[in-house]
Amino acid sequence: MDWLFLTEVSLAGIGAGGLYALTGLAFVLIYKATRVVNLAIGEILMVGAYVFFGFSAGLALPFWLAAPGTLLVSGLLGAGIERTLIRPMLGENPISIFMLTIGLGSILVGLVELVWGANPLRLPEFMPTQPLFLGEAYVSPKVATAFAVASLVVTAFLILFRFWRGGVALRATASDQAAAYSMGIDVPKVFSLSWVIACMTAGAAGMLVGAIGGISPTMGVFGLSVLVVVIVGGLDSVLGALIAGLAIGLLEALAGAFLGGEYKTLTTFSLLVLVLMVRPHGLFGTHEIERL
Amino acid sequence: MDAAARSPETATSNILEVRNIEVVFNHTVQVLRGLSLAVAAGSITALLGSNGAGKTTTMKAISGLLGLENGAVTGGEILFNGASTLNVKPHTLVRNGLFHVMEGRHVFEDLTVEENLTAATYARTGASARDFDRVYDYFPRLKERRKGLAGYLSGGEQQMLAIGRALVANPRIILLDEPSLGLSPLLTEEIFTIIARINAEQGTSMLVVEQNAAMAFAVATHAYIMETGRIVIDGPTERLARDPDVREFYLGIGEEGTSRDYRQVKHYKRRKRWLS
Repeated sequence: MDWLFLTEVSLAGIGAGGLYALTGLAFVLIYKATRVVNLAIGEILMVGAYVFFGFSAGLALPFWLAAPGTLLVSGLLGAGIERTLIRPMLGENPISIFMLTIGLGSILVGLVELVWGANPLRLPEFMPTQPLFLGEAYVSPKVATAFAVASLVVTAFLILFRFWRGGVALRATASDQAAAYSMGIDVPKVFSLSWVIACMTAGAAGMLVGAIGGISPTMGVFGLSVLVVVIVGGLDSVLGALIAGLAIGLLEALAGAFLGGEYKTLTTFSLLVLVLMVRPHGLFGTHEIERL
Repeated sequence: MDAAARSPETATSNILEVRNIEVVFNHTVQVLRGLSLAVAAGSITALLGSNGAGKTTTMKAISGLLGLENGAVTGGEILFNGASTLNVKPHTLVRNGLFHVMEGRHVFEDLTVEENLTAATYARTGASARDFDRVYDYFPRLKERRKGLAGYLSGGEQQMLAIGRALVANPRIILLDEPSLGLSPLLTEEIFTIIARINAEQGTSMLVVEQNAAMAFAVATHAYIMETGRIVIDGPTERLARDPDVREFYLGIGEEGTSRDYRQVKHYKRRKRWLS
């Protein structure tokens, strides 16, 4: 066994896992506040990456303008989606809303192809490129940067939800809308805000993912791995998204290195099935309380 | 408290006034037809009536929660503190001091007791300190279980939590919808004792919807009785408690002080009287 190789593969996996966790956070935020399973999260991430491409390559803006601009546009996209598509569906069958997000994903792919075409593109370099060594093990500087940003954001949200009462407002809204209203919580604002923040997070993840692997309209399939992450971690748990994100990133990398690339998905989805059999609400998700 | 003794007819002392409102669901079903009532500042007022009379609808019309159920106030006026509530968003009303404790308690089941109380701090403008000592003074049981999930509380404890959230909000009026729902007689009495204490000690006005008329009469100074969407009789509770019709239909006591056979009970109806 080559320990150096194992370490390098593991580090790369954990690095990728950071991005899973970040995108998972975007998913969890929306689910936590609105109980909407947003399958378009991968496509929103993709739009974020393209918007960044448009700002930095198209308009040739410097990074410090292009990045906040991307976050802003992603946030506006989130607000728009919530206001025009999600809010009118309030109180409808969850399956309908779920289907609506699938449709939304296709529409976003179509729009991006209309504007930028279907061919893969490369983002302008904005991350450090000096090779990085942890001990003897090589870590891609891009992956390391992405991991650092992702873990910072996720940790910030973990702390926020622990000490900020807005976290309680979010969960209260998800738990019982009418009761949340009667507590003086501005429910529509909570909805809107959760979509805005989630889409900004997804946009940021899109920039990072795009910088590592390039962008294409099909990069939204990244969302599929994220779906596995949030189901394993628990749909409403930020901590779950973090831990499951890292674990699945690691698992994918190891499976890819030792079993071959075609076994990556098999391994992660096997884990998914296993976790669902043992804990149907995910590792850290809350399960519904039923009093008899 | 002197305010409790004041008559609701003097408009200035009323914290809440409902004037002749009509409520329609889904643009078609009329549930309230010209309902009027008033709550004197600092008093407990009871709203009684059989199932389906429209008590809960009245409460939701006041607190603005009707919109969530496709209902709307199509006529009349509701005044809280002299200002109309009809076009005010429900969360704003709460922050202005009108707190609705909904029927069936509606605690946030997957939040802890403490988080439930924290959620209620949104009802207070300004102070957001998580100081729940006052709640725990009234309900020591909640303090013991403050780290536990609200969904695992017993029915009585959930009702305590629902009222505890109102205490955190520190409102000017609490709308209490059926606090005795599903509780044992003993617990019901405990809850009502605390309701009376809160009213006396905090000076909070209350509008209480109740099935248990005897219990409501024990704490309220004024009562309204409604049937099929309108008020059929109202007055100070001492007077209503002596009224033979009320005794028969709502307190279940016949003229001789014995309960009557239900087969002899005729449907009670009286021409609506207008409150002016």
